[in-house]
Amino acid sequence: MRAAWAKAGSKSIAIVLALLFTALLLLASGASPIESFRLIWQGSVGDGAKLADTLMAWVPLVLAASGLVVTFAAGLWNIGVEGQVVMGAIAAAFVAREFHAAPALIITVALAAGVIGGLLWGLLAGMLRVFGKVNEIFGGLGLDFVATGMVVYLVIGPWKRAGIASTSGTDPFPREAWLPTIGDKLSPIAVILAVLAVVGVYFLMRGTFFGLRLKAVGANAASAHIIGLSTRRYLLTAMAIGGGLAGLGGAVQAIGFQHKLVPAISGGYGFLGILVVLLAGYRAALIAPIAFFFMMISVGSTQLSLRLGLNSSLGGVVQGTLVLLTVLVGGWQAQRARRREPTEVES
Amino acid sequence: MSLELSDIHKHFGRIRANDGVTLRVGAGELHGLLGENGAGKSTLMKVLSGFFEPNSGEMTLDGATLSLRSPRDAIAAGIGMLHQDPLVFLPFSVLDNFLLGSPPIDRTAARTELADLARRFGFSFDPDAPTRTLTVGERQQLEIVRLLWLGAKVLILDEPTTGISASQQALLFDTLRTLAGQGMIVIFVSHKLEEIEALCDRVTVMRRGQTVGEVTLPVPIDRLVEMMFGQAVPVVGRVPGVRGEVALDLEGVSVDDRLTSVVDLTLQVRAGEVIGLAGLEGSGQRTLLRTCAGLLRTSAGSIGVAGSDVTTRGYHERIATGVHYLPAGRLEEGLIRGLSITEHFQLAHGSKGFVVPWADARRDANALISRHSIKGTPDTLAEELSGGNQQRLLLAMVPENVRVLLMEHPTRGLDIASADWVWGQLMHRVERGTSVVFASADLDELLRYSDRIVVFFGGRVLKVLDTSEADTDRLGHLIGGRDVA
Repeated sequence: MRAAWAKAGSKSIAIVLALLFTALLLLASGASPIESFRLIWQGSVGDGAKLADTLMAWVPLVLAASGLVVTFAAGLWNIGVEGQVVMGAIAAAFVAREFHAAPALIITVALAAGVIGGLLWGLLAGMLRVFGKVNEIFGGLGLDFVATGMVVYLVIGPWKRAGIASTSGTDPFPREAWLPTIGDKLSPIAVILAVLAVVGVYFLMRGTFFGLRLKAVGANAASAHIIGLSTRRYLLTAMAIGGGLAGLGGAVQAIGFQHKLVPAISGGYGFLGILVVLLAGYRAALIAPIAFFFMMISVGSTQLSLRLGLNSSLGGVVQGTLVLLTVLVGGWQAQRARRREPTEVES
Repeated sequence: MSLELSDIHKHFGRIRANDGVTLRVGAGELHGLLGENGAGKSTLMKVLSGFFEPNSGEMTLDGATLSLRSPRDAIAAGIGMLHQDPLVFLPFSVLDNFLLGSPPIDRTAARTELADLARRFGFSFDPDAPTRTLTVGERQQLEIVRLLWLGAKVLILDEPTTGISASQQALLFDTLRTLAGQGMIVIFVSHKLEEIEALCDRVTVMRRGQTVGEVTLPVPIDRLVEMMFGQAVPVVGRVPGVRGEVALDLEGVSVDDRLTSVVDLTLQVRAGEVIGLAGLEGSGQRTLLRTCAGLLRTSAGSIGVAGSDVTTRGYHERIATGVHYLPAGRLEEGLIRGLSITEHFQLAHGSKGFVVPWADARRDANALISRHSIKGTPDTLAEELSGGNQQRLLLAMVPENVRVLLMEHPTRGLDIASADWVWGQLMHRVERGTSVVFASADLDELLRYSDRIVVFFGGRVLKVLDTSEADTDRLGHLIGGRDVA
């Protein structure tokens, strides 16, 4: 209980510090912090259309982050998540371009293809780790570059627009492959998938033997092995689940938002997902609100450039600062707790 | 020159690694620091070399108080430590390693210095060879030369003979004698009786974090054995009972595990029999236990469990045949930090189900907690338990009807009540036909509970003896590599 309060406390301290830091930054660039924060709010949740934008950006982030909760639980740093998002998008794009059937069928197959694309890419990183002794960080990073290279190749090569090869993307997919929307942009299917992913991962980690064993393998592989668990199997399954969810995020991004394949199809959702999970303390329950907050900053800060002439990358600075400060405050508290320990024993 | 450590205390959480240790060494002295593994020798030497700051206590060199916050401070004060695994950077060349931590100096000059120093002690190095190509003994020689060059007046060697050849050991001992002859202080840390006997002028013996005493050599070896292991008390052996069928059958088993090996060992363990594995730590007991558990592959021979050949079966398959292994590192290879008692039971008992029935799980955990008198609740995390309760939890995780139980140091670090309780549990299982094979450094424990004792020395099985033909004295000698009987 005390630990929970300490955690909440460290989060609040970090958020206040991050806000202060951002305010200073804004002041230094000659803008009013209050006005800027108001614009970010307005620009992200100010009206229905803005909220739809934010939600549609929230979906792939939540999907990638949910998958990362599973891989982090297994003690894996799945840096390859970015590539898994991309491979999901490529697989979904392939279905959307090549198959012609009733919308419901195409959409289902495209989403499933996205899951499989991400899953295989995740599994590949996992197999490199388990069988090839390649650290998943390096394996994943390498596979990220391969995936990014592949999407660029497809966009300007085999899948280029008729007549012109441009990095602005492929031709839009046929309409029947688009996720249906309410209004202009908001796709209820996408939002439901994201919610299901968070709830599913929460239940998986809290309520199932699989989640328990995964935590055991992640926390101490040697003990888990002695207890009788096959660590390889759990590591690979975690990578498959993490990759599958990231791939689903990529698929939603492709057929629900961009409606075509573009080189920057992942939009950095994978890496941003890692920040979200770090900030959430690896727990599924906190992912949805934190991811929403992140997307409010990302979507809202575009207003800063329109209205105040500030660079919109400020949003990224805020997100990064927030995570760094959280990790820093957390580390600082842990260190203080460790220092206190010896005196407790002696007294 | 004189070095004095008085009343050093160093605690790690609950563990008192050094609990009031005193050490005095004079100039030109080759001083041995003798004690069983876990006696606190390495901790003391790490305090002296600046790796650990003591909780309390005073250290003086030539009357001046030493305040060492890092190994850098220690070497500046003239104290150099040679670690059990020489701390060299393998990809670097010999010369680069030699230069590490040195004041800025011309490489050519350093090359000459290295050559001179090496020649003085009869070492020979190729300064440009990568350190990786050096043997452990040569790496030690390099480290000694480096420490001397950095101005060490006090040289500490922690178990330096592990993994080096006999000729390198002879050279090392000559070097140490030369250095002591020049007025240096040499502290030689070992758990090997003959080495201390052969090399040292005086010896300080440690047991369980405390100094037992200090003697000038030579003394009768029995005296040292007694100081190391405690009073030779007569031990009442187990009542020889009727033992059952062969539960674990080793036929000519050979295994290689880096420094230790088992060669052509034939041993039959019957149901309800207790086998103790004696020997200094790292002499091969763990190798044998891990081989029986299926964690190490045999290079020859066969292993049978209850009549069926399991030689080629891995660890998890052997669990299915009723062989369980509890290693010494309770929180490293047994329990999992961050998981509760309930979660441990759910992991251990296995289930084909998907959803954990948490309500039932907590009820079961409560029942097991009271049956094994664990001081904790279903939600207590493994790392919050004391050593004794961790051991109880580990035992509680092993199924009741287990056929062979392989244990390392079942009672290490436990208070007497917990230790008795653990053996009570084990004997309860033994009476119902479980075979126990356990490694221990505690001679009383070995003599009290084993039917037979396998003594390891230097990575080999030295002797298998019936407990009826053994006593503390004989066992102490055997562990030190001498068979007096």
